[in-house]
Amino acid sequence: MANQKSSVGIRGMEIKTLPKHDQSHISYREINEDILRFMTQTGPGYYIVLGALFLLTILLYALPWAYQIYTGQGVTGLNVPVFWGVYLVNFVFWVGVAHAGTLISAMLYITETPWRRAIARGAETMTLFALVIVTFFVFIHMGRPWNFYWSFPYPNTRQLWTSFQSPLMFDVFAIGTYFTSSVIFLYFGMIPDLASLRQSSTGWRKSLYRVMSLGWRGTDRQWHMHGKACMFFSSFIMPLVVSVHSIVSWDFALSVVPGYSKTVFAPYFVTGALLSGFAGVLLMLTVIRWFFPIMKKYVTAYHFDRIGIIILVLSLTWSYCTLMEVVTGLYANTSQELEHLKFKLLTPPYSYLFVLMIFSNTLVPLSLMIRKIRSCEIGMFFICIFVLIGMWLERYLIVPNSLSRKFLPWMWHDYFPSWVEVSITVGAVCFFIFMFMAFIKIFPVVSLFEVKEDAGIPMKKGH
Amino acid sequence: MAGIFDKVKDTLNSYRTPGYFKKLDHKWTMVVDLDMCNGCGACVAGCYAENNLPVVGKEDCGKSRAFSWLRIERYVDGEYPDVKVKFIPVMCQHCMKAPCEIGCPVYATYHNQDGLNVQVYNRCVGTFTCATYCTYDVRRFNWFSYKWPKPLDQQLNPDVTVREMGVMEKCTFCIQRITAAKDKAKDEGRGVKDGEVLPACCQSCPTNALVFGDLQDPESRVAKMVNNPRKYRLLEELNTDPSVIYLKRVMNDGKSEE
Repeated sequence: MANQKSSVGIRGMEIKTLPKHDQSHISYREINEDILRFMTQTGPGYYIVLGALFLLTILLYALPWAYQIYTGQGVTGLNVPVFWGVYLVNFVFWVGVAHAGTLISAMLYITETPWRRAIARGAETMTLFALVIVTFFVFIHMGRPWNFYWSFPYPNTRQLWTSFQSPLMFDVFAIGTYFTSSVIFLYFGMIPDLASLRQSSTGWRKSLYRVMSLGWRGTDRQWHMHGKACMFFSSFIMPLVVSVHSIVSWDFALSVVPGYSKTVFAPYFVTGALLSGFAGVLLMLTVIRWFFPIMKKYVTAYHFDRIGIIILVLSLTWSYCTLMEVVTGLYANTSQELEHLKFKLLTPPYSYLFVLMIFSNTLVPLSLMIRKIRSCEIGMFFICIFVLIGMWLERYLIVPNSLSRKFLPWMWHDYFPSWVEVSITVGAVCFFIFMFMAFIKIFPVVSLFEVKEDAGIPMKKGH
Repeated sequence: MAGIFDKVKDTLNSYRTPGYFKKLDHKWTMVVDLDMCNGCGACVAGCYAENNLPVVGKEDCGKSRAFSWLRIERYVDGEYPDVKVKFIPVMCQHCMKAPCEIGCPVYATYHNQDGLNVQVYNRCVGTFTCATYCTYDVRRFNWFSYKWPKPLDQQLNPDVTVREMGVMEKCTFCIQRITAAKDKAKDEGRGVKDGEVLPACCQSCPTNALVFGDLQDPESRVAKMVNNPRKYRLLEELNTDPSVIYLKRVMNDGKSEE
């Protein structure tokens, strides 16, 4: 039955989806061997790419940052009204990319959505490393990053507690909580997999997995506890999907700056975050499928189809919020708001950026209404690229652009990122891919035990 | 029962409004009479000299990184024959409900007992939040470690810190002079007299357009000037409750202008 064309009806309308990929022919042993082969059989090309990414990270990311720390924030393009530039844009963008992992691992876990199993681990890994990038961007953005620990509340010789009314303080807690719970959730979900890899691996891997699997033997009681723990963490993380990016949006919404001070920002940012997050996950899946054909067995067109629907819904919600943001500004009808809107919507080059943003976030995802495009790998690849660019532009049009036109016209000044900012932005992407590529060779990027659940119990199928 | 509730309520309320906010020691206020101001810029120069502000040069000024804590904004209205030029000195407004203060995660900027919005350089980690939230764009950032060329390093004011790279700064109402006046008054066992504190901008103003004093002292000059019908405050509709009070300029045609 489940293999038949599944359809969901809303008032007689049928949304046609692809039939669920039947994985019951894959045996447990095959899954184990596939994943282990994926992790251990590494060609020279992989090492070359990894090395190149490492070099690029050093060149484009570490060295410019060191130069910036040594010389001062003056090497950026920031100026007096525009104090928040591309670094903050990247900060918000990467928090957004981190969001899909949480949604897939927590919300879809609780609702027992079957297609999450094969992709959940990859998405969670993305969350973790996107958050690493986020943390680094906070430090990069600071004027005196060596004093970053001053924003943690701990008894100190300065006899100073932190200011809990500050939205940045909310951020410290939101992202701290998010990071910690993501790491714990990722590790907890991985324990049974590490145990099964421990059986079949050799050398340093065996020792690593032996220590990290914490003596997992797969007893009934252990599975029971594991299921309970996963459910607990899912429930714990689920509110974070909404809260973290709402809090990030309050960095802006709690000020009085025209263009920042909007009540729509929390849902707007959360929707945008999930949109870019799902685009990121899909992009990652596409690339993995291209370079490791073995994964085609586990990540199928069915997944693309499902995520495509989610991206379509999120894109429509996002478009509504964007419209509301503009309309709220018009409705406020203060001279500052109108000036800000005029600058954002009518002044080139920002008007072109705005059009590009609408094109890539609203119009391009509309093509996802067609099922053929949803299940087409190359089509989805380009849609994801467009959505990611559009979401980055959205943040750019909000963060530095609103500051360019604040209250007193004498101080109005435009902003253009310097080479250091551009280089660190590109370097962060390299750093992210480097960490991700290193990770998937050490830890299983597909959740073994959950894919085995998909495959079903072999006894019943007559294996 | 009711008694206990009242007691708890009173205790909680006392936490909500810290004592110092009920009654400030002083409420330092500056009155800028735009009718007297001729836009000469002596206040800006005085501020540079008093507060060790670095001179950043042509290139950084073009990037809008000039350090003037106090600036004279110039606005030109209309085309050539029928042209009006307006100017207004703008410095930190020392808002009583300052947007910058809620932004800082480390209390580098906060309100002190004198009603001043103070910036503690040593606590600043450089998150830029205060400057972003500031509605008057008066905050300045140390983009680099600025050096003074050889003879000029001798003219630095010893009462004022030279700020290091990566911290935010802004107009302090010359807090070093306020502190000195308060110390002297305390030694002599009296209160601070009106006119005893004179920030550098007020001191250098040739037309006495800038007047500084304690609004809580009913005999002070500022307390008398604030009853002027020309009184207004900059961007008052944002409800920041600024401590700088402007008196409107009366133009030749009899209209008053902000």
